[in-house]
Amino acid sequence: MIFDDDMETLPREELEALQLRRLKSLVDRVYANVPFYRKSFDDAGVRPSDVQSLADLRYLPFTEKQDLRNHYPYGLFAVPKDNVVRIHASSGTTGKATVVGYTKRDVENWATLMARSLVAAGATKQDIIHVAYGYGLFTGGLGAHYGAERLGATTIPVSGGSTKRQVILLRDFGATVICCTPSYSLFLYETALESGIDIKELPLRVGVFGAEPWTEEMRRDIETKLGIKAIDIYGLSEIMGPGVGIECIEAQAGAHLQEDHFLLEIIDPVTKEPLPPGETGELVITTLCKEAQPLIRYRTRDITSLNLTPCRCGRTFARMHRVMGRSDDMLIIRGVNVFPSQIESILLETQGLTPHYQLLVKREGNLDTLEVQVEVDEKIFSDEIKNLQRLGGKIQKHIKEFLGVTAAVKLVEPRSIQRSEGKAKRIVDMRNTS
Amino acid sequence: MKAEQISIFLENRAGRLEEVARLLAEAKINIRALSLADTSDFGILRLIVSDHEKAKKTLKDGGFTVGRNAVVAVEVPDTPGGLHSILKMLSAQGINVEYMYAFVQQSSKAATIIFRFDRTDQAIEVLTKNGITIIPGQTLYSM
Repeated sequence: MIFDDDMETLPREELEALQLRRLKSLVDRVYANVPFYRKSFDDAGVRPSDVQSLADLRYLPFTEKQDLRNHYPYGLFAVPKDNVVRIHASSGTTGKATVVGYTKRDVENWATLMARSLVAAGATKQDIIHVAYGYGLFTGGLGAHYGAERLGATTIPVSGGSTKRQVILLRDFGATVICCTPSYSLFLYETALESGIDIKELPLRVGVFGAEPWTEEMRRDIETKLGIKAIDIYGLSEIMGPGVGIECIEAQAGAHLQEDHFLLEIIDPVTKEPLPPGETGELVITTLCKEAQPLIRYRTRDITSLNLTPCRCGRTFARMHRVMGRSDDMLIIRGVNVFPSQIESILLETQGLTPHYQLLVKREGNLDTLEVQVEVDEKIFSDEIKNLQRLGGKIQKHIKEFLGVTAAVKLVEPRSIQRSEGKAKRIVDMRNTS
Repeated sequence: MKAEQISIFLENRAGRLEEVARLLAEAKINIRALSLADTSDFGILRLIVSDHEKAKKTLKDGGFTVGRNAVVAVEVPDTPGGLHSILKMLSAQGINVEYMYAFVQQSSKAATIIFRFDRTDQAIEVLTKNGITIIPGQTLYSM
Protein backbone atom coordinates (compact mmCIF):
# COMPACT_ATOMS: atom_id res chain seq x y z
CA MET A 1 0.00 0.00 0.00
CA ILE A 2 1.29 3.45 -0.87
CA PHE A 3 -0.25 6.62 0.51
CA ASP A 4 0.89 9.04 -2.20
CA ASP A 5 1.19 6.63 -5.06
CA ASP A 6 1.89 9.29 -7.71
CA MET A 7 4.74 10.84 -5.80
CA GLU A 8 6.26 7.82 -4.14
CA THR A 9 6.58 5.91 -7.41
CA LEU A 10 7.67 8.86 -9.53
CA PRO A 11 10.22 7.77 -12.14
CA ARG A 12 13.71 9.06 -11.24
CA GLU A 13 13.88 11.44 -14.22
CA GLU A 14 10.64 13.15 -13.29
CA LEU A 15 11.62 13.18 -9.63
CA GLU A 16 14.87 14.93 -10.40
CA ALA A 17 13.12 17.47 -12.60
CA LEU A 18 10.72 18.19 -9.73
CA GLN A 19 13.61 18.49 -7.29
CA LEU A 20 15.39 20.96 -9.53
CA ARG A 21 12.28 23.14 -9.91
CA ARG A 22 11.87 23.17 -6.14
CA LEU A 23 15.56 23.80 -5.52
CA LYS A 24 15.60 26.85 -7.77
CA SER A 25 12.59 28.32 -6.04
CA LEU A 26 14.12 27.48 -2.65
CA VAL A 27 17.40 29.30 -3.24
CA ASP A 28 15.57 32.40 -4.46
CA ARG A 29 13.35 32.33 -1.39
CA VAL A 30 16.11 31.89 1.22
CA TYR A 31 18.41 34.41 -0.42
CA ALA A 32 15.65 37.00 -0.32
CA ASN A 33 14.29 36.22 3.15
CA VAL A 34 16.98 34.77 5.38
CA PRO A 35 19.90 37.09 6.21
CA PHE A 36 22.03 34.12 7.27
CA TYR A 37 21.71 32.54 3.84
CA ARG A 38 22.19 35.79 1.98
CA LYS A 39 25.47 36.21 3.81
CA SER A 40 26.63 32.60 3.43
CA PHE A 41 25.79 32.61 -0.27
CA ASP A 42 27.65 35.91 -0.71
CA ASP A 43 30.63 34.58 1.26
CA ALA A 44 30.70 31.52 -1.00
CA GLY A 45 30.46 33.72 -4.08
CA VAL A 46 27.24 32.03 -5.19
CA ARG A 47 24.01 33.59 -6.47
CA PRO A 48 20.63 31.84 -6.61
CA SER A 49 20.67 32.13 -10.41
CA ASP A 50 23.86 30.02 -10.48
CA VAL A 51 21.79 26.97 -9.62
CA GLN A 52 20.86 25.53 -13.01
CA SER A 53 21.16 21.80 -12.33
CA LEU A 54 21.10 19.46 -9.36
CA ALA A 55 24.87 19.14 -9.71
CA ASP A 56 25.17 22.82 -8.80
CA LEU A 57 24.01 21.97 -5.29
CA ARG A 58 27.63 21.33 -4.37
CA TYR A 59 28.46 25.02 -4.74
CA LEU A 60 25.98 26.06 -2.08
CA PRO A 61 27.16 26.55 1.51
CA PHE A 62 26.44 23.98 4.20
CA THR A 63 24.25 24.55 7.24
CA GLU A 64 25.32 23.17 10.61
CA LYS A 65 23.55 22.64 13.90
CA GLN A 66 25.69 25.42 15.33
CA ASP A 67 24.10 27.82 12.82
CA LEU A 68 20.71 27.08 14.30
CA ARG A 69 22.12 27.64 17.78
CA ASN A 70 23.80 30.87 16.71
CA HIS A 71 20.49 32.23 15.45
CA TYR A 72 18.48 31.05 18.41
CA PRO A 73 15.57 31.26 18.58
CA TYR A 74 13.95 32.59 15.42
CA GLY A 75 16.87 33.91 13.35
CA LEU A 76 16.56 31.42 10.49
CA PHE A 77 12.86 31.91 9.77
CA ALA A 78 12.09 32.64 6.13
CA VAL A 79 8.58 33.86 6.87
CA PRO A 80 7.12 36.47 9.22
CA LYS A 81 6.70 35.05 12.71
CA ASP A 82 2.94 35.48 12.41
CA ASN A 83 2.98 32.73 9.80
CA VAL A 84 4.71 30.33 12.16
CA VAL A 85 2.06 28.18 13.81
CA ARG A 86 4.27 25.63 15.57
CA ILE A 87 7.59 25.65 17.40
CA HIS A 88 9.53 22.55 18.39
CA ALA A 89 12.89 22.42 20.11
CA SER A 90 15.47 19.86 21.08
CA SER A 91 16.76 19.63 24.62
CA GLY A 92 19.76 21.66 25.59
CA THR A 93 21.03 24.05 28.19
CA THR A 94 19.59 27.55 27.82
CA GLY A 95 20.53 29.20 24.57
CA LYS A 96 21.76 25.96 23.11
CA ALA A 97 18.43 24.33 22.27
CA THR A 98 17.78 23.84 18.55
CA VAL A 99 14.54 25.57 17.59
CA VAL A 100 12.42 24.58 14.58
CA GLY A 101 9.47 26.58 13.23
CA TYR A 102 6.57 25.42 11.02
CA THR A 103 3.93 27.22 8.98
CA LYS A 104 0.47 25.75 8.57
CA ARG A 105 1.53 24.19 5.28
CA ASP A 106 4.70 22.79 6.88
CA VAL A 107 2.58 21.09 9.53
CA GLU A 108 0.27 19.67 6.86
CA ASN A 109 3.18 18.42 4.77
CA TRP A 110 4.69 16.80 7.84
CA ALA A 111 1.40 15.07 8.57
CA THR A 112 1.29 13.82 4.98
CA LEU A 113 4.85 12.50 5.08
CA MET A 114 4.12 10.81 8.38
CA ALA A 115 0.93 9.30 6.96
CA ARG A 116 3.00 7.99 4.04
CA SER A 117 5.33 6.49 6.64
CA LEU A 118 2.59 4.72 8.54
CA VAL A 119 1.19 3.27 5.31
CA ALA A 120 4.66 2.14 4.21
CA ALA A 121 4.92 0.39 7.57
CA GLY A 122 1.71 -1.48 6.79
CA ALA A 123 -0.87 0.67 8.60
CA THR A 124 -4.30 1.65 7.26
CA LYS A 125 -7.08 3.94 8.47
CA GLN A 126 -8.61 0.89 10.16
CA ASP A 127 -5.72 0.69 12.57
CA ILE A 128 -5.56 1.84 16.20
CA ILE A 129 -2.27 3.64 16.73
CA HIS A 130 -0.62 3.89 20.16
CA VAL A 131 1.80 6.83 20.10
CA ALA A 132 4.34 6.41 22.88
CA TYR A 133 6.85 8.98 21.67
CA GLY A 134 7.09 11.98 23.99
CA TYR A 135 4.62 14.77 23.33
CA GLY A 136 5.80 18.32 23.77
CA LEU A 137 8.73 20.18 22.31
CA PHE A 138 10.13 16.88 21.09
CA THR A 139 8.96 16.23 17.50
CA GLY A 140 8.32 12.51 18.00
CA GLY A 141 4.93 12.51 19.69
CA LEU A 142 3.12 15.22 17.77
CA GLY A 143 4.79 14.15 14.53
CA ALA A 144 3.47 10.60 14.76
CA HIS A 145 0.14 11.89 16.06
CA TYR A 146 -0.64 14.22 13.18
CA GLY A 147 0.39 11.53 10.71
CA ALA A 148 -1.88 8.97 12.29
CA GLU A 149 -4.84 11.35 12.26
CA ARG A 150 -4.08 12.38 8.69
CA LEU A 151 -4.22 8.73 7.76
CA GLY A 152 -7.58 8.53 9.46
CA ALA A 153 -6.54 5.91 11.98
CA THR A 154 -7.71 5.90 15.60
CA THR A 155 -4.93 7.76 17.36
CA ILE A 156 -4.06 7.34 21.04
CA PRO A 157 -1.73 10.07 22.36
CA VAL A 158 -0.10 8.07 25.16
CA SER A 159 3.30 9.89 25.20
CA GLY A 160 6.19 8.49 27.24
CA GLY A 161 6.48 7.08 30.77
CA SER A 162 4.04 5.25 33.07
CA THR A 163 4.96 1.96 31.49
CA LYS A 164 2.69 -0.21 33.63
CA ARG A 165 -0.24 1.93 32.56
CA GLN A 166 0.81 1.78 28.92
CA VAL A 167 0.65 -1.99 29.11
CA ILE A 168 -2.94 -1.83 30.41
CA LEU A 169 -3.85 0.55 27.58
CA LEU A 170 -2.28 -1.74 25.01
CA ARG A 171 -4.44 -4.53 26.30
CA ASP A 172 -7.66 -2.56 26.74
CA PHE A 173 -7.59 -0.23 23.73
CA GLY A 174 -6.53 -2.96 21.33
CA ALA A 175 -3.83 -0.98 19.54
CA THR A 176 -2.66 -2.59 16.33
CA VAL A 177 0.24 -0.22 15.66
CA ILE A 178 2.72 1.23 18.13
CA CYS A 179 5.16 4.14 17.71
CA CYS A 180 8.03 4.38 20.18
CA THR A 181 11.78 3.80 20.46
CA PRO A 182 12.87 0.23 19.73
CA SER A 183 14.40 -0.26 23.18
CA TYR A 184 11.21 0.96 24.83
CA SER A 185 9.19 -1.68 22.98
CA LEU A 186 11.29 -4.36 24.66
CA PHE A 187 10.87 -2.64 28.00
CA LEU A 188 7.09 -2.64 27.45
CA TYR A 189 7.26 -6.33 26.63
CA GLU A 190 9.08 -7.14 29.88
CA THR A 191 6.82 -4.91 31.97
CA ALA A 192 3.78 -6.56 30.38
CA LEU A 193 5.06 -10.01 31.30
CA GLU A 194 5.32 -8.91 34.93
CA SER A 195 1.60 -8.15 34.81
CA GLY A 196 0.89 -11.47 33.17
CA ILE A 197 0.32 -9.99 29.72
CA ASP A 198 2.05 -11.42 26.68
CA ILE A 199 2.13 -8.77 23.99
CA LYS A 200 2.34 -11.55 21.39
CA GLU A 201 -1.28 -12.40 22.24
CA LEU A 202 -2.49 -8.81 21.74
CA PRO A 203 -3.72 -7.47 18.37
CA LEU A 204 -0.51 -5.42 17.99
CA ARG A 205 0.80 -5.97 14.44
CA VAL A 206 3.36 -3.31 13.61
CA GLY A 207 5.89 -1.17 15.44
CA VAL A 208 7.23 2.05 13.91
CA PHE A 209 10.52 2.52 15.73
CA GLY A 210 12.93 5.43 15.64
CA ALA A 211 14.73 8.19 17.55
CA GLU A 212 17.69 5.93 18.26
CA PRO A 213 19.96 3.59 16.28
CA TRP A 214 19.16 -0.11 16.47
CA THR A 215 20.50 -3.35 14.98
CA GLU A 216 19.03 -6.13 12.82
CA GLU A 217 19.53 -8.35 15.83
CA MET A 218 17.31 -6.13 17.92
CA ARG A 219 14.70 -6.11 15.16
CA ARG A 220 14.57 -9.90 15.18
CA ASP A 221 14.36 -9.88 18.95
CA ILE A 222 11.44 -7.43 18.93
CA GLU A 223 9.59 -9.25 16.14
CA THR A 224 9.90 -12.59 17.89
CA LYS A 225 8.98 -11.40 21.35
CA LEU A 226 6.17 -8.99 20.47
CA GLY A 227 4.86 -10.88 17.45
CA ILE A 228 4.94 -7.77 15.25
CA LYS A 229 6.71 -6.37 12.23
CA ALA A 230 9.37 -3.89 13.37
CA ILE A 231 9.86 -0.97 10.99
CA ASP A 232 12.59 1.66 11.12
CA ILE A 233 11.58 5.32 10.80
CA TYR A 234 14.11 8.10 10.26
CA GLY A 235 13.89 11.75 11.05
CA LEU A 236 15.49 14.70 12.77
CA SER A 237 13.77 17.78 14.13
CA GLU A 238 15.96 20.29 12.30
CA ILE A 239 14.73 18.86 9.01
CA MET A 240 11.16 18.18 10.16
CA GLY A 241 10.73 15.40 12.72
CA PRO A 242 9.90 11.72 12.21
CA GLY A 243 8.86 10.81 8.68
CA VAL A 244 11.88 12.04 6.73
CA GLY A 245 12.37 8.40 5.84
CA ILE A 246 10.57 5.09 6.42
CA GLU A 247 11.20 1.42 5.78
CA CYS A 248 8.62 -0.41 3.72
CA ILE A 249 7.08 -3.48 5.27
CA GLU A 250 7.60 -5.34 2.00
CA ALA A 251 11.39 -5.22 2.14
CA GLN A 252 12.42 -3.89 5.57
CA ALA A 253 15.74 -3.07 3.95
CA GLY A 254 16.50 0.56 4.72
CA ALA A 255 14.35 3.67 5.05
CA HIS A 256 12.98 5.24 1.85
CA LEU A 257 13.72 8.95 2.12
CA GLN A 258 10.95 11.27 0.93
CA GLU A 259 12.91 12.65 -2.00
CA ASP A 260 10.17 14.90 -3.38
CA HIS A 261 10.59 16.90 -0.16
CA PHE A 262 14.25 16.33 0.64
CA LEU A 263 17.24 16.59 -1.65
CA LEU A 264 19.94 14.18 -0.53
CA GLU A 265 23.70 14.06 -0.63
CA ILE A 266 26.34 11.86 0.92
CA ILE A 267 29.55 13.72 1.68
CA ASP A 268 32.95 12.81 3.03
CA PRO A 269 32.70 14.26 6.56
CA VAL A 270 36.33 15.36 6.52
CA THR A 271 36.79 16.82 3.02
CA LYS A 272 33.07 17.68 2.70
CA GLU A 273 33.13 16.57 -0.94
CA PRO A 274 30.00 14.88 -2.27
CA LEU A 275 30.42 11.13 -2.81
CA PRO A 276 29.01 8.96 -5.61
CA PRO A 277 25.84 6.90 -4.92
CA GLY A 278 26.44 3.79 -2.84
CA GLU A 279 29.40 5.24 -0.94
CA THR A 280 29.29 5.60 2.85
CA GLY A 281 29.52 9.08 4.29
CA GLU A 282 27.55 11.79 6.03
CA LEU A 283 23.96 12.42 5.01
CA VAL A 284 23.27 16.02 3.96
CA ILE A 285 19.68 17.16 3.42
CA THR A 286 18.22 20.20 1.62
CA THR A 287 14.57 20.85 2.45
CA LEU A 288 12.73 21.55 -0.80
CA CYS A 289 9.26 22.41 0.52
CA LYS A 290 9.63 23.80 4.03
CA GLU A 291 8.37 27.36 4.33
CA ALA A 292 9.14 28.58 7.85
CA GLN A 293 12.66 27.30 8.28
CA PRO A 294 14.07 25.85 5.07
CA LEU A 295 17.60 24.47 5.29
CA ILE A 296 20.22 24.31 2.56
CA ARG A 297 22.66 21.37 2.69
CA TYR A 298 22.08 20.60 6.37
CA ARG A 299 24.76 18.32 7.80
CA THR A 300 22.89 15.64 9.71
CA ARG A 301 26.12 14.08 11.10
CA ASP A 302 24.55 10.67 10.47
CA ILE A 303 26.85 8.24 8.66
CA THR A 304 25.04 6.12 6.09
CA SER A 305 24.90 5.21 2.40
CA LEU A 306 22.14 5.48 -0.21
CA ASN A 307 20.73 2.58 -2.18
CA LEU A 308 19.04 3.47 -5.48
CA THR A 309 18.28 -0.06 -6.65
CA PRO A 310 14.57 -0.64 -7.31
CA CYS A 311 12.63 -1.82 -4.29
CA ARG A 312 9.99 -4.53 -4.42
CA CYS A 313 7.49 -2.16 -2.80
CA GLY A 314 7.46 -0.06 -5.98
CA ARG A 315 8.69 3.15 -4.41
CA THR A 316 11.41 4.89 -6.40
CA PHE A 317 12.79 6.85 -3.43
CA ALA A 318 16.35 6.00 -2.34
CA ARG A 319 16.81 3.84 0.71
CA MET A 320 19.34 4.71 3.39
CA HIS A 321 21.43 2.14 5.22
CA ARG A 322 20.87 1.95 8.96
CA VAL A 323 22.75 4.85 10.53
CA MET A 324 26.21 3.47 11.15
CA GLY A 325 27.53 6.18 13.41
CA ARG A 326 27.94 9.92 13.83
CA SER A 327 30.52 12.30 12.51
CA ASP A 328 30.34 14.17 15.79
CA ASP A 329 30.26 13.08 19.41
CA MET A 330 26.52 13.15 19.93
CA LEU A 331 24.98 10.30 21.90
CA ILE A 332 21.44 9.06 21.73
CA ILE A 333 20.23 7.82 25.10
CA ARG A 334 16.73 6.38 25.28
CA GLY A 335 15.88 8.45 22.24
CA VAL A 336 17.29 11.68 23.66
CA ASN A 337 20.21 13.45 21.96
CA VAL A 338 23.05 14.25 24.34
CA PHE A 339 26.27 16.06 23.55
CA PRO A 340 29.21 15.65 25.96
CA SER A 341 29.64 19.40 25.71
CA GLN A 342 26.21 19.81 27.28
CA ILE A 343 27.31 17.71 30.25
CA GLU A 344 30.40 19.86 30.44
CA SER A 345 28.44 23.09 30.59
CA ILE A 346 26.16 21.61 33.24
CA LEU A 347 29.19 20.68 35.34
CA LEU A 348 30.47 24.21 34.87
CA GLU A 349 27.16 25.73 35.96
CA THR A 350 26.80 23.39 38.91
CA GLN A 351 30.19 23.83 40.44
CA GLY A 352 31.72 26.75 38.67
CA LEU A 353 34.44 24.56 37.28
CA THR A 354 34.89 21.62 34.95
CA PRO A 355 36.56 18.67 36.54
CA HIS A 356 37.67 15.77 34.43
CA TYR A 357 34.65 13.70 33.56
CA GLN A 358 33.67 10.76 31.44
CA LEU A 359 30.36 9.44 30.16
CA LEU A 360 29.74 5.75 30.45
CA VAL A 361 26.85 4.54 28.33
CA LYS A 362 25.59 1.03 28.86
CA ARG A 363 22.54 -0.97 28.06
CA GLU A 364 21.03 -2.61 31.10
CA GLY A 365 18.21 -4.96 30.22
CA ASN A 366 16.68 -3.12 27.31
CA LEU A 367 17.23 0.45 28.32
CA ASP A 368 20.20 2.73 27.93
CA THR A 369 21.86 3.98 31.07
CA LEU A 370 24.14 6.95 31.40
CA GLU A 371 26.74 7.28 34.11
CA VAL A 372 28.63 10.53 34.48
CA GLN A 373 31.95 9.90 36.20
CA VAL A 374 33.40 13.00 37.79
CA GLU A 375 36.91 13.14 39.17
CA VAL A 376 37.07 14.48 42.69
CA ASP A 377 39.92 16.94 42.71
CA GLU A 378 40.85 19.24 45.52
CA LYS A 379 38.52 21.99 44.38
CA ILE A 380 35.39 19.93 44.78
CA PHE A 381 36.50 17.59 47.55
CA SER A 382 35.01 18.02 51.00
CA ASP A 383 35.72 16.17 54.22
CA GLU A 384 31.99 15.86 54.77
CA ILE A 385 30.09 13.07 53.06
CA LYS A 386 26.94 15.13 52.78
CA ASN A 387 28.68 17.76 50.69
CA LEU A 388 29.87 15.22 48.17
CA GLN A 389 26.47 13.57 48.08
CA ARG A 390 24.83 16.90 47.59
CA LEU A 391 27.17 17.65 44.72
CA GLY A 392 26.34 14.37 43.04
CA GLY A 393 22.65 15.02 43.54
CA LYS A 394 22.88 18.53 42.15
CA ILE A 395 24.66 17.39 39.00
CA GLN A 396 22.09 14.66 38.49
CA LYS A 397 19.23 17.10 38.97
CA HIS A 398 20.64 19.61 36.50
CA ILE A 399 21.22 16.96 33.87
CA LYS A 400 17.63 15.79 34.26
CA GLU A 401 16.31 19.33 34.13
CA PHE A 402 18.23 20.50 31.11
CA LEU A 403 18.60 17.37 29.04
CA GLY A 404 15.67 15.26 30.16
CA VAL A 405 17.88 12.25 30.84
CA THR A 406 18.34 10.57 34.19
CA ALA A 407 22.03 9.97 34.70
CA ALA A 408 23.83 8.24 37.55
CA VAL A 409 26.64 10.38 38.92
CA LYS A 410 29.71 8.58 40.18
CA LEU A 411 32.49 10.40 41.98
CA VAL A 412 35.86 8.87 41.20
CA GLU A 413 39.45 9.42 42.23
CA PRO A 414 41.61 11.84 40.30
CA ARG A 415 43.49 10.48 37.32
CA SER A 416 41.23 7.45 37.15
CA ILE A 417 39.78 8.90 33.96
CA GLN A 418 42.09 8.44 31.01
CA ARG A 419 43.84 11.45 29.68
CA SER A 420 44.77 11.75 26.07
CA GLU A 421 46.88 14.16 24.13
CA GLY A 422 44.33 15.53 21.77
CA LYS A 423 40.63 15.53 22.38
CA ALA A 424 39.83 13.84 25.66
CA LYS A 425 37.97 10.56 25.31
CA ARG A 426 34.79 11.69 26.93
CA ILE A 427 32.55 8.86 25.95
CA VAL A 428 32.79 5.17 26.66
CA ASP A 429 29.85 3.63 24.82
CA MET A 430 29.51 0.01 25.80
CA ARG A 431 26.35 -0.62 23.85
CA ASN A 432 26.44 -2.43 20.55
CA THR A 433 24.15 -0.40 18.35
CA SER A 434 25.56 -0.63 14.87
CA MET B 1 43.75 25.03 69.98
CA LYS B 2 42.75 23.60 66.66
CA ALA B 3 44.27 20.45 65.20
CA GLU B 4 44.85 19.62 61.55
CA GLN B 5 43.08 16.65 60.11
CA ILE B 6 43.68 15.38 56.64
CA SER B 7 40.89 13.74 54.68
CA ILE B 8 41.27 11.50 51.67
CA PHE B 9 38.77 10.60 48.97
CA LEU B 10 38.63 6.85 48.32
CA GLU B 11 36.73 5.04 45.62
CA ASN B 12 35.00 1.89 46.71
CA ARG B 13 37.61 -0.37 45.13
CA ALA B 14 39.74 -3.03 46.77
CA GLY B 15 43.22 -1.91 47.68
CA ARG B 16 42.71 1.82 48.02
CA LEU B 17 42.91 1.87 51.79
CA GLU B 18 45.91 -0.42 51.68
CA GLU B 19 47.60 1.95 49.23
CA VAL B 20 47.15 4.85 51.64
CA ALA B 21 48.58 2.85 54.52
CA ARG B 22 51.53 1.77 52.39
CA LEU B 23 52.39 5.31 51.29
CA LEU B 24 52.25 6.58 54.86
CA ALA B 25 54.34 3.67 56.10
CA GLU B 26 57.01 4.31 53.48
CA ALA B 27 57.14 7.95 54.47
CA LYS B 28 57.50 6.90 58.10
CA ILE B 29 54.37 8.77 59.13
CA ASN B 30 52.53 7.64 62.20
CA ILE B 31 48.75 7.62 62.27
CA ARG B 32 47.41 8.94 65.57
CA ALA B 33 43.71 8.62 64.96
CA LEU B 34 41.52 7.66 62.07
CA SER B 35 37.96 7.30 60.93
CA LEU B 36 36.54 5.98 57.72
CA ALA B 37 33.13 7.18 56.60
CA ASP B 38 31.50 5.37 53.75
CA THR B 39 28.67 5.54 51.25
CA SER B 40 27.85 2.93 48.63
CA ASP B 41 30.05 4.69 46.10
CA PHE B 42 32.99 6.15 47.95
CA GLY B 43 34.58 6.70 51.35
CA ILE B 44 36.30 9.53 53.12
CA LEU B 45 39.26 8.59 55.26
CA ARG B 46 40.04 11.08 58.00
CA LEU B 47 43.43 10.98 59.71
CA ILE B 48 45.36 12.70 62.42
CA VAL B 49 49.02 12.02 61.71
CA SER B 50 52.40 12.78 63.16
CA ASP B 51 53.41 15.01 60.24
CA HIS B 52 50.45 16.31 58.28
CA GLU B 53 52.43 18.37 55.78
CA LYS B 54 54.50 15.39 54.74
CA ALA B 55 51.48 13.11 54.73
CA LYS B 56 49.55 15.43 52.48
CA LYS B 57 52.40 15.71 50.01
CA THR B 58 53.06 11.98 50.01
CA LEU B 59 49.43 11.14 49.35
CA LYS B 60 48.98 13.81 46.71
CA ASP B 61 52.07 12.56 44.88
CA GLY B 62 50.53 9.12 45.12
CA GLY B 63 47.52 10.36 43.19
CA PHE B 64 45.02 10.88 45.98
CA THR B 65 42.74 13.85 46.51
CA VAL B 66 43.55 15.21 49.96
CA GLY B 67 41.84 17.89 51.95
CA ARG B 68 42.68 19.64 55.18
CA ASN B 69 40.35 20.72 57.95
CA ALA B 70 40.52 22.15 61.39
CA VAL B 71 39.21 19.85 64.09
CA VAL B 72 39.19 20.04 67.86
CA ALA B 73 40.67 17.30 70.03
CA VAL B 74 38.77 17.25 73.31
CA GLU B 75 39.77 15.36 76.42
CA VAL B 76 36.79 13.48 77.74
CA PRO B 77 36.78 11.71 81.11
CA ASP B 78 36.73 8.00 80.37
CA THR B 79 33.55 7.32 82.38
CA PRO B 80 29.85 7.05 81.57
CA GLY B 81 28.42 10.51 81.04
CA GLY B 82 31.72 11.90 79.83
CA LEU B 83 30.52 12.40 76.27
CA HIS B 84 27.09 13.59 77.30
CA SER B 85 28.40 16.47 79.36
CA ILE B 86 30.45 17.75 76.42
CA LEU B 87 27.61 17.48 73.92
CA LYS B 88 25.17 19.14 76.31
CA MET B 89 27.22 22.31 76.61
CA LEU B 90 27.67 22.47 72.83
CA SER B 91 24.04 21.98 71.88
CA ALA B 92 23.04 24.61 74.44
CA GLN B 93 24.94 27.06 72.26
CA GLY B 94 23.50 25.68 69.03
CA ILE B 95 26.82 24.29 67.84
CA ASN B 96 26.50 21.45 65.39
CA VAL B 97 28.76 18.40 65.30
CA GLU B 98 29.45 17.42 61.69
CA TYR B 99 31.21 14.22 62.69
CA MET B 100 33.39 12.81 65.43
CA TYR B 101 35.57 9.85 66.30
CA ALA B 102 37.41 8.78 69.42
CA PHE B 103 40.50 6.99 70.68
CA VAL B 104 41.73 6.14 74.14
CA GLN B 105 45.15 7.33 75.21
CA GLN B 106 47.37 4.75 76.82
CA SER B 107 48.93 7.19 79.22
CA SER B 108 45.88 8.69 80.88
CA LYS B 109 42.42 7.99 82.10
CA ALA B 110 40.84 10.17 79.44
CA ALA B 111 39.56 9.47 75.97
CA THR B 112 40.31 11.85 73.15
CA ILE B 113 37.45 12.70 70.85
CA ILE B 114 38.10 14.41 67.54
CA PHE B 115 35.26 16.76 66.71
CA ARG B 116 34.47 18.54 63.47
CA PHE B 117 32.19 21.46 64.25
CA ASP B 118 30.23 23.80 61.98
CA ARG B 119 31.49 26.71 64.06
CA THR B 120 34.94 25.72 65.27
CA ASP B 121 36.00 28.94 67.01
CA GLN B 122 32.77 29.25 68.89
CA ALA B 123 32.98 25.61 69.96
CA ILE B 124 36.48 26.13 71.34
CA GLU B 125 35.24 29.16 73.28
CA VAL B 126 32.33 27.26 74.82
CA LEU B 127 34.45 24.29 75.82
CA THR B 128 37.29 26.32 77.32
CA LYS B 129 34.85 28.49 79.26
CA ASN B 130 33.42 25.32 80.75
CA GLY B 131 36.82 24.07 81.80
CA ILE B 132 37.07 21.30 79.25
CA THR B 133 40.59 20.30 78.23
CA ILE B 134 41.39 20.71 74.58
CA ILE B 135 44.51 18.99 73.32
CA PRO B 136 46.45 21.29 71.01
CA GLY B 137 47.48 20.02 67.61
CA GLN B 138 51.20 19.84 68.38
CA THR B 139 50.60 17.60 71.37
CA LEU B 140 48.22 15.44 69.42
CA TYR B 141 50.60 14.75 66.55
CA SER B 142 53.31 13.46 68.78
CA MET B 143 51.25 11.56 71.30
